[in-house]
Amino acid sequence: MNTSSHYDVAIIGAGMAGLAAGIRLAHFGKRVCIFERHNAVGGLNSFYAIDGRKYDVGLHAMTNWVPPGTKGTPLGKLLRQLRIDRDEFALHPQKRSRIAFGPAGETSLTFTNDFAVLEAEVAQKFPAQIDGFRALVALVRAYDDVSLDAKPESARALVRRHVTDPLLEDMLFCPVMYYGSATERDMEFGQFVIMFKALFLEGFARPLDGVRVILRVLLEKYRQAGGERRMKCGVRRIVSSAGRADRLVLDDGTEVTATHVLSTIGAAETERLGVEATVPGAAHPVGRLSYCETITVLNRPPAKLGWADDTIVFFNDSARFAYEQTAGPVDARSGVICLPNNFAYPDGADLAEGLFRCTCLANYDHWTSLPEEAAYQAEKQRWYGEIQRSALRFLPPLPAPDALGRATVATDMFTPRTITKFTGHLGGAIYGSPVKIRDGRTPLANVYLAGTDQGFLGIVGAMLSGISMANFHVLAAKG
Amino acid sequence: MTKDACKQIVLDIIADIAPDEDLSNLKPEVRLRDQMQLDSMDFLDIVMELRKQHGIEVPEADYIHLASLDSCADYLTPKFEALGK
Repeated sequence: MNTSSHYDVAIIGAGMAGLAAGIRLAHFGKRVCIFERHNAVGGLNSFYAIDGRKYDVGLHAMTNWVPPGTKGTPLGKLLRQLRIDRDEFALHPQKRSRIAFGPAGETSLTFTNDFAVLEAEVAQKFPAQIDGFRALVALVRAYDDVSLDAKPESARALVRRHVTDPLLEDMLFCPVMYYGSATERDMEFGQFVIMFKALFLEGFARPLDGVRVILRVLLEKYRQAGGERRMKCGVRRIVSSAGRADRLVLDDGTEVTATHVLSTIGAAETERLGVEATVPGAAHPVGRLSYCETITVLNRPPAKLGWADDTIVFFNDSARFAYEQTAGPVDARSGVICLPNNFAYPDGADLAEGLFRCTCLANYDHWTSLPEEAAYQAEKQRWYGEIQRSALRFLPPLPAPDALGRATVATDMFTPRTITKFTGHLGGAIYGSPVKIRDGRTPLANVYLAGTDQGFLGIVGAMLSGISMANFHVLAAKG
Repeated sequence: MTKDACKQIVLDIIADIAPDEDLSNLKPEVRLRDQMQLDSMDFLDIVMELRKQHGIEVPEADYIHLASLDSCADYLTPKFEALGK
């Protein structure tokens, strides 16, 4: 094997951002190699198998769905930039989703991929707020959310100017935060706009076979364009001199050189490779928000348990919605339920088995400080039950109290520890650092960030991030 | 290289990067941006494809000449001819 190779661009991480950037760069003749530590591609949106059963890691739903022919949206941009035919992703829209608040979901807002449904729900449930809600939506629509140098503003403050009922405010923030916020309690308004559009103005969809379909398309494009990748071979260190990355030391000890380095592994994670900030205090904090997710495999579709209509349910049982690091192991007061069977698949097609997934905020330090494996497993078992019990309050009642248990054929659960183990994200922080770097610049002139910590969120956002950074720093760069 | 052939080259590139656009009624004298959803990312792609497919370099200061099909033809035809095409 070559111990010393030179690439035009070395990409660190084969997640959505790295693959998308790789496709762009290889398509335009750059010599590109993606270095991935894991044995599977996808990063935070990967897949795995246990006992012959396939599981998706991250994907509840792909956001940013728009009907074919809709112009000027992130999904359309992404397809164009990667020369992907929309049909290749084989996306099927959601049935409907809900935001359910109150101890038993007493206040509920239904939304679909048709924004008029949410608007009508707000008008009906919060008649005094509808004018303010419409004003907020107008502000969101007009906002330039892809600007690389926007001034940060508090989303809570801007939303409160229009929405004065704290219940409605929290109900709007809950899905937006759960599906992408790396910041506790509040978020930057530009991030809020990206997520609000992705979830409410656009919508949810999924390929029948989940995230694998998307990854297969990306890998095939990358291969066709001539891109190289090295799996099970991460980058251990970036060696720099005179403010530039000089060479990369790989996990196997070999070294490569690259004119440009695009890191998709996160800001703090990249700093730890040797890209320390030269200015004191400029280091990027590790995110504080991590999650547990329970996955329950059923021997029948969820519809047979009376759960035929909901695709995603965002829930909260408390007076206020607390999106912050929990002191306890898991905060089961709020969470997200996903029923992947409940997308509008064509001709009655469905997944081979039923799936019921629940996600709640969890404390990274707790899950990584358990003294031994037995304690970890016991804690997982305990919280699997707690999370599921909490979530069941927000779904239609089961036909019999033991119906779910009898339908369950397999279970799995991930914790903050799992996230860091398989994705390398410090702190189990799926959405990365609370400080985003829109222009992707790092202290090293030829090292750029893309993906989670650049700040375009969701699967589509991650791919657009890779595309934007490849365009901005490599393809459109002078010289 | 005639100007019409040059326009066709540009149209082929646009068809490739924006397959969801209807190109049948494009007015050559009107700005492409005003007839289609083309953003700066798409214009970058037109430039990149001109380089990749035809070896034509368009410096950033000259992007303005790619505004309409007519202006593309005026600007690019001499470049193609200089390459012996």
